[in-house]
Amino acid sequence: MSPSSPSACFTLENVSISYGTNVAVRGVYMQIPRGRVTAFIGPSGCGKSTVLRSLNRMNDLIEGCSLKGRVLFDNQDLYSREVDPVEVRRRIGMVFQKPNPFPKSIYENIAFGARINGFRGDLDELVERSLRKAALWDETKDKLKVSGYSLSGGQQQRLCIARAIAIEPEVILMDEPCSALDPISTLKIEEMMHELKKSYTIVIVTHNMQQAVRVSDMTGFFNVTANPDSDGKVGCLEEFAETEMIFNSPQQKATQDYVTGRFG
Amino acid sequence: MTSFRRGSLTLQPSLARNRWNLLLTLTAGLFTALAVLPLIVVIAYVLFKGGSLITLQLLTELPPPPGLDGGGIGNAILGTLIVTLVAALIAVPVGVGAGVYLAEFASAGWFARFVRFGTNVLAGVPSIICGVFVYGLIVSTRLFFNQSYSALAGGIALAVLMLPTVIKTTDEALKLVPQELRWGAMGVGASRFVTISRVTLPAAFSSIATGVVLAVARAAGETAPLIFTALFSPFWPEGLFNPIASMSVLIYNFAIMPYEAQIALAWASSFVLVVMILLANLLARWLGRFSST
Repeated sequence: MSPSSPSACFTLENVSISYGTNVAVRGVYMQIPRGRVTAFIGPSGCGKSTVLRSLNRMNDLIEGCSLKGRVLFDNQDLYSREVDPVEVRRRIGMVFQKPNPFPKSIYENIAFGARINGFRGDLDELVERSLRKAALWDETKDKLKVSGYSLSGGQQQRLCIARAIAIEPEVILMDEPCSALDPISTLKIEEMMHELKKSYTIVIVTHNMQQAVRVSDMTGFFNVTANPDSDGKVGCLEEFAETEMIFNSPQQKATQDYVTGRFG
Repeated sequence: MTSFRRGSLTLQPSLARNRWNLLLTLTAGLFTALAVLPLIVVIAYVLFKGGSLITLQLLTELPPPPGLDGGGIGNAILGTLIVTLVAALIAVPVGVGAGVYLAEFASAGWFARFVRFGTNVLAGVPSIICGVFVYGLIVSTRLFFNQSYSALAGGIALAVLMLPTVIKTTDEALKLVPQELRWGAMGVGASRFVTISRVTLPAAFSSIATGVVLAVARAAGETAPLIFTALFSPFWPEGLFNPIASMSVLIYNFAIMPYEAQIALAWASSFVLVVMILLANLLARWLGRFSST
């Protein structure tokens, strides 16, 4: 496992992330492959969302959050001094747990990212293409000037995905994108992810193990353990392998217990 | 069997709890009525005394010399508008900027805590102190072009009064903008400046505008800060660096004069001022309606 392995999109080397003095997750080593879907699963508080947010420096926006270790993207350390976090987020997009469209029209929601990124080209065409990719075009093509808030939760989440892919990132990070959605919307988003993985690297955090099985190629199982240094709990990466391996023949007992529902 | 006495389900008004309920509801209603009574009486009285005097001449002419009849308060209306505009031009950029700094950049540091505390203290400073302060700083030192009393000094005094309201409403309005919205903007590669100027501030716009309008309405009616700074003038406004008339100071000056004409003008001026402040409040409510959508 050399860091320069050609298929690696992200390489995490001994990553520990703390909020203030409280260590949330420690000692994570992993290589996230390019062009595939990687799922993070694990119980609440195990730090999977924290690790996900570290991949595009979203943690910078949370006060007191600090990272030790190295996060390499294309063999470049994302946390080195000369890296511009704004540029990082332009290449590594993100979809959040709660749908968070801007209080603007559907059209503007997608055009916003393109405009601020200096998009030169046909904006109408870009909006249509992004909405089509997010399987939202048919539902919204007649009301592009309507506020994004008027859409249902599932549509809003697909709008957020369309917004993320409109700026043509290389990677899309998804933080429990379906946790606030009904099963039908969830299914639509999962179908869409199968389409998206042809052109993007996707990393998804999910609480739904069936979803991890359905959409992902690789799965990382995070677990919480008692912190030996203090009374608190700390998250760690328990096991990281092909999704099939994790769910059918996990190497760790904790993984086995979790994926078979015998956890705790 | 239960250990409680079960009564009938029918409402019995004679029960002690129902009587107390009625009594306390009536008391609360009475005090509420007393609380709004001053507002209604003031507006009704000003309407009655001043409303009948409103004519086109009143709104467009200068006050008459003492002893003569007729005339109007045109210069005072214009003066109030000018001084308030100057105040808003100073207080809105500074106040919104400070609010943005507090909410977006320094929400927890000691400096932000100090500024927030200072803002609250400033909000409680009596308006006459603002007037004396600006008098000492600008008027008595003849800071601007060797002029003493001036419209600009009046505007600055009112701006000091408006600042805390503008800072606080901006701070609060921005804090109410969901964090997810900022993340969403950052997530598509927006810089901090773009996030604030294109997403966060527009989302909080109507709340901020409401606060600004209320601050302007409050400042427009202030007398004490203007007595020492803008003074008064029986003439039309002569630029920002000369004394200027305002409705509140006109009321203060004319209401105690022994001439019928001047007293009538003071009433008319009260009416115009109250109506303007009322309209500003209605405007603020109208702007506030957009915050929900």
